[in-house]
Amino acid sequence: MHKINFKKEYIFMADIVQAANLGKQVESGGQPLTILHEINFSVKAGESLAILGASGSGKSTLLGLLAGLDTPSNGTVYLDGHDLSALDEDGRARLRGRLAGFVFQSFQLLPALSALENVMLPLELHTASNLPASKLPAINNHSISIQERARQALQKVGLAARVTHLPKHLSGGEQQRVAIARAFVGQPKILFADEPTGNLDATTGAQIIELLLELNRAHGTTLILVTHDEALARRCNRQIHLAAGRIVI
Amino acid sequence: MTGNIFRLSFNMLRRDWRAGEWRVLLLALVLAVGSMSTVGLFADRVRQALQQEATSLLGADLRVTSTRVISPEYRAAALQRNLAVVTSAVFPSMVSRAQAISRDQATSRAQAASADAQTILTEIMAVGQGYPLRGKIEIDDGTPHEATGIPQRGTVWGDARLIQRLNLEIGDEINLGTLRLRVAARIVRDVDQAVGFASFAPRVLLNLEDLSSSGLVQEGSRISHRLLIAGEPNKVSELRSWLVERLQLSEKIEDVRDARPEIRTALERAENFLGLAALTAVVLAGVALALAARQFITRHLDTCAMLRCLGASQAQVLQIFLYQFLLLGFFAVIFGCIIGYAVQAGLVQTIAAMRDANLPTPSWMPIWQASISGLALLLGFAFLPLWQLKSVSPLRVIRRELGIPEARTGLLYGLGGVVLGGLFLWQAGSLKLGFIVLGGLAGGLLIFGLLAWLALRALSKIPLAGNRALTNLAQHGRTNALQIVALSLGGMALLLLTFVRGDLLDNWRTRLPPDAPNRFLVNIQADQREPLLNFFTAQKINTPKLFPMVRGRLIAINHRAISGDDYPEPRARSLVEREFNLSWSENMPSGNELVQGRWWMQPTESALSVEEGIAKTLGIHIGDTLTYDVAGSQFSAEVVNFRRLNWDSMQVNFFVVATPALLENFTTSYLTSFHLPADQVRAGDKLATTFPNLLIINTEAVIEQVRNIVEQIAQTVSAIFMFTLLSGLAVLYAALLAMQDERIHQTAILRTLGADSRYLRKLHLTEFAVLGALSGLFSAAGAALLGWVIANQVLDIPYRPGIMLLLTGVGGGTVIVTLAGWLATRRVANMSPLRVLQSA
Ligand SMILES: Nc1ncnc2c1ncn2[C@@H]1O[C@H](COP(=O)(O)OP(=O)(O)O)[C@@H](O)[C@H]1O
Ligand SMILES: [Mg+2]
Repeated sequence: MHKINFKKEYIFMADIVQAANLGKQVESGGQPLTILHEINFSVKAGESLAILGASGSGKSTLLGLLAGLDTPSNGTVYLDGHDLSALDEDGRARLRGRLAGFVFQSFQLLPALSALENVMLPLELHTASNLPASKLPAINNHSISIQERARQALQKVGLAARVTHLPKHLSGGEQQRVAIARAFVGQPKILFADEPTGNLDATTGAQIIELLLELNRAHGTTLILVTHDEALARRCNRQIHLAAGRIVI
Repeated sequence: MTGNIFRLSFNMLRRDWRAGEWRVLLLALVLAVGSMSTVGLFADRVRQALQQEATSLLGADLRVTSTRVISPEYRAAALQRNLAVVTSAVFPSMVSRAQAISRDQATSRAQAASADAQTILTEIMAVGQGYPLRGKIEIDDGTPHEATGIPQRGTVWGDARLIQRLNLEIGDEINLGTLRLRVAARIVRDVDQAVGFASFAPRVLLNLEDLSSSGLVQEGSRISHRLLIAGEPNKVSELRSWLVERLQLSEKIEDVRDARPEIRTALERAENFLGLAALTAVVLAGVALALAARQFITRHLDTCAMLRCLGASQAQVLQIFLYQFLLLGFFAVIFGCIIGYAVQAGLVQTIAAMRDANLPTPSWMPIWQASISGLALLLGFAFLPLWQLKSVSPLRVIRRELGIPEARTGLLYGLGGVVLGGLFLWQAGSLKLGFIVLGGLAGGLLIFGLLAWLALRALSKIPLAGNRALTNLAQHGRTNALQIVALSLGGMALLLLTFVRGDLLDNWRTRLPPDAPNRFLVNIQADQREPLLNFFTAQKINTPKLFPMVRGRLIAINHRAISGDDYPEPRARSLVEREFNLSWSENMPSGNELVQGRWWMQPTESALSVEEGIAKTLGIHIGDTLTYDVAGSQFSAEVVNFRRLNWDSMQVNFFVVATPALLENFTTSYLTSFHLPADQVRAGDKLATTFPNLLIINTEAVIEQVRNIVEQIAQTVSAIFMFTLLSGLAVLYAALLAMQDERIHQTAILRTLGADSRYLRKLHLTEFAVLGALSGLFSAAGAALLGWVIANQVLDIPYRPGIMLLLTGVGGGTVIVTLAGWLATRRVANMSPLRVLQSA
């Protein structure tokens, strides 16, 4: 498994995410509604890409398709060389678990779990699923415990003092940092972020983006960031503009 | 891999547990298992005890009676099954007082000198070592006490009538055949006595070993040999079936149920009542579990979506939750069983009738039953809906509005329903009872749900100023209707506990009033009717109604001759071989109930009325012609109706009643039953001496048994309904929690829209009051309905729900729901909306 992965990485190293003729239609009030039209673009490993557009332009839909959370009506997505349309729901889940980290507008922390436990969750899940060790690279010492790694991740986002807090006892910015720690703790190749600053004030939002970019640089993680804030988007390597489901230049 | 998933499940369970997510579910499950095991254990013990007590009337669990010496094969078969066996022989014989008594004693009893020469007919009962196998004989040999064995060789125990009629004292001697025996004790309380119509004569209890030397038993003498058997119930019934196949014509097999229909009915009712109480608890626990599971699942949609997003496969999500549920189930079952056992043991200690009854230890069966049922309930109601959770779309992390995939909800709850239904029938032990309750419940829930939904819609149409609350309720009509149904169920349990139970038990108790007849008087001749009634008037005993009786044998059905061999069933066989007691009457005997057909218009018709049970046993249908042989002459008549008898009234009952025209001209004797007050026992003796040909049968012991059973059940049921109450509260709690969850979100949104807390309070209070009032109404209706079903189908007593039930239901429902709802949402109204929306 490890070997095959290595090979694929080698071959497709250039384009880690590729959208080919991507389209999405839904039924809305009995009428077919096209949310996305023939989207084509690719992202290189280590790049940071911002997806911009007004509310309702289809940004979240696109992100969902790229991450394999949803299935497209036309076209396909290649993620690290894997054709998503050739995988079933569980196959996509395994791929996500191996490759991707997520940060959302509404944080999506589990309310019953402390900050530390929220960060531990993906590691526990990976151990439970016996995912190949490639997901947990040797940058870290293998022998250190899941808990210790989660603690280190929280330390990196500046929350070392908040490990035992429940989400409801954290501020919005702090909750988003926990979410980022959770997304990075498994050392993913790609990080998907859907308006991570949408629920935050401008200063905190800027800090969060700074943190994401910093982690992107430090670990070479590919970052795909959805936002409608031009200023934040400019800090990424590239930008794509969406309007009414199409890429506009 | 499984191990790791298990550890993850365990960690998640631990964390969720800390956060209180599992509390309602656990509470519901523990309550379900707790109430099932309590009821099961309790019922098991009471059933055993009642059975044992009832068997003391027979002196055994099983009795084989024969006119010949009983085959040693039978005895061997019983011993082989580890059962206790005792033989006895019963026969009538003359007994007189032996003359050689000391003079000084005689002078003190000079006035009774005439009795010295008297010889009286007695019933001799010769018993072997170990008698009685069930129950205890109380004797008085100077001091009254429980007998520890049987009379020693050369001595007898005599009952009060013998002692009195022969003017004996303890230590005197009597002549019995060629034997001279010393009266060693007076029998205060006997077993094996009230059964059958045999115990009219004074009784002498004799050691069986003395019998062979007495010269009393000769070929052809009227002796009845008995084999008494007792032991483990399974083995007893096994032996019973073994015996039934080999039974000769001259042999008869009885257990207490065959022997006394009064006790059989009381026992069956007791079991039904207990079963019903257990069922109610199970249903309520099931509903609480379903509600809790629903809430749990809606709360865990995000967790599932997140797990999927983080790369968990559907199977893993399912596994993670399955393990959590199984872990929880495991602990809940153990905990529930422990609670069940403790509560049951505690109850036995607090209920006087139970403590004194010295209940046998319970079997393991109820524990297994409760554990399996608990897990089945959990899987039926909680795990199956989890099937939906596993397919929660990971897209939900982006789109919150994506809910549970709805498509298979019906199927899943259907499965839960099937599981519950299966448990029901299992717990009920009786298909009929199970189906009545199950059908009634399912129908009731559907109807209530529909009515609630319609009521909410209708209410919203009322043009009231500011009826925002009502419109609100109608908009979420389905959810609210569901909540009303759940609340109604909880309320129903409470009302059942408080109102209906009391009414029912009181009605049941009064079925057997203190002045219920305790003597039967048989063999009254036509010309004795006048003098007898005069005697009663003179003794100031209520004059009873005399029933005419003609004895006849059923010889043909629809002109086809029948014999005992036509019926494999022993009871049917003995019915055909025996003479029936036929009576005639112009009107239907009071207390009887017509179940099929018509009562006769004219006393001059020729028609028969048959008891429904016996008709079934003998395969008689309405319209059949029965032919009876009465003292050599025959008559035939058509069966025009079936009756149901009222066994617990202790009145005279006849299986077959004819029109007067049919029987009037046959030789008739009369019989009756009356209540002989305890302080007028002398009058009873006088009756016996004035009318020496009458058979006076004492049914006091049977009445006492029935009363005991009723009383024990009444107390047991009260205790068991405590669990129903708890389960009802759990349902209420779960329903209120669900209500709260929904209101919290709504409140936050309204607040962000600028609603002030006064407006919110008014809105909520109105909503809660309407929900409460409707639930209260349905609770009362449900409780009344269930009460009616119990009264009619189980206890066979009249029941009319009172207006107080309705008032309490509606009033209580409104107050409790409003109050609870207000307490739950009060916090929310003061919280910042952002906080609420974020944490929701
Ligand atoms: N399942 C769906 N059914 C109907 N309309 C949808 C569905 N998913 C998305 N849409 C619509 O598609 C458009 C794009 O949505 P979205 O991707 O969430 O936009 P953005 O994230 O850019 O605000 C919106 O108008 C949204 O209402
Ligand atoms: Mg969006």
